[in-house]
Amino acid sequence: MATPPVKVYGPPLSTAVSRVLVCLLEKDVPFQLVPVNMAKMEHKKPDYVKMQPFGQVPAFQDDDITLFESRAICRYLAEKYPNKGTAGLFGTNPLVKASIDQWLEAESQSFNPPSSVLTFQLFFAPLMKLKQDEALIKQNEAKLEKVLDVYENRLGSSRYLAGDEFTLADLSHLPNTQFLVEKTDKAELFTSRKNVGRWWSEISTRPAWKKVVEMQNA
Amino acid sequence: MVVKVYGPAYASPKRVLLCLVEKEIDFETVPVDLIAGENLTPDYLQLQPFGSLPVIQDGDYILFESRAIIRYYAEKYKTQGTDLLGKTLEDQGLVNQWLEVEAHNYHPPLINLVLHIMFSPHFGIVRNEQVIKESEEKLAKVLDVYEDRLSKSKYLAGDFFSLADLSHIPFTSYLVGPVGKEYMIKERKHVSAWWDDISSRPSWLKVLEICK
Repeated sequence: MATPPVKVYGPPLSTAVSRVLVCLLEKDVPFQLVPVNMAKMEHKKPDYVKMQPFGQVPAFQDDDITLFESRAICRYLAEKYPNKGTAGLFGTNPLVKASIDQWLEAESQSFNPPSSVLTFQLFFAPLMKLKQDEALIKQNEAKLEKVLDVYENRLGSSRYLAGDEFTLADLSHLPNTQFLVEKTDKAELFTSRKNVGRWWSEISTRPAWKKVVEMQNA
Repeated sequence: MVVKVYGPAYASPKRVLLCLVEKEIDFETVPVDLIAGENLTPDYLQLQPFGSLPVIQDGDYILFESRAIIRYYAEKYKTQGTDLLGKTLEDQGLVNQWLEVEAHNYHPPLINLVLHIMFSPHFGIVRNEQVIKESEEKLAKVLDVYEDRLSKSKYLAGDFFSLADLSHIPFTSYLVGPVGKEYMIKERKHVSAWWDDISSRPSWLKVLEICK
């Protein structure tokens, strides 16, 4: 088989990298994952920084473009391959698309900040033998609870965040939630909320996400 | 029936107003007083469940998150007013990339400066000099990347003004104004030229006029 033109750079354990991987798998777009050894600071070296000037993962390349920022890459894939794989990821009309975009932005602005801090403090810091900040954990857990209360209400009248179908908005939540539910003692934040718990068990058992988790555990 | 934009006095809603003016779309504004907690009333939370600004009402259609709103209108009215998305799928990819950079790299340290310097002691913010110092350092590093990018490209996504540049205008206006850190922009030759260009667009002058 010819080498796929799509390349993703970064470790699959990175939440942002895994966001792109699950999108590619949902879209049935073949790709090559190029490892970046962050412990050896490969993401700060000139060759990598040429692709991603902030020295962050992931970076993405296909025949037509080099891109960074996982949510921008996901949007690009959904626009470029609207009919491949899971077709409704970005909706089939502008109003639905904007509603999906609204919840993708909510993930980015409201869910991501506290859940990223908790993921780092509770999963990555111990792994990297760094000291945890109890005050930061407490503060961000409180913030995340407020966000999950909004989600609990929303998911009481809607199967997925933007409507009846699984979309980019739900997909974007997979990476951080996976760590919090499976690798920390904060699973209860999600599982104690009836609608959020139901939504999480639906989206996390999709084959594409299970494949990404396998790649993370490899 | 024109689109209603809530919270014009604040910076995030101004992203939306800028977009609507660039796209030549009529609108109305509805004031929301954050200090009086008008964003936390049941009526407002029905529209925007996180209690943030802005939200828009376009007939029966309600949409929140300023960057989602501007993408919606830029796409819906692509052939009217300024094209803010670029011509190709790849152009649009770059616009979205730099919009994400603004959201994740530029905005977080800048909002810290805005909250601690301009808005404390409101919203439960206690002014913290360490937070201010660290946020300025983070923002400076981001601006160094911008300086390099803008030395090779007239605007962030390419040779055209786009949503990516537009999204920076309202909060950067705070940075060079009431936050008192104009030097961060002025000291960087290409960032400075870019800022002079985008902040002198008639659309921004019009938004400032409307929101006086």
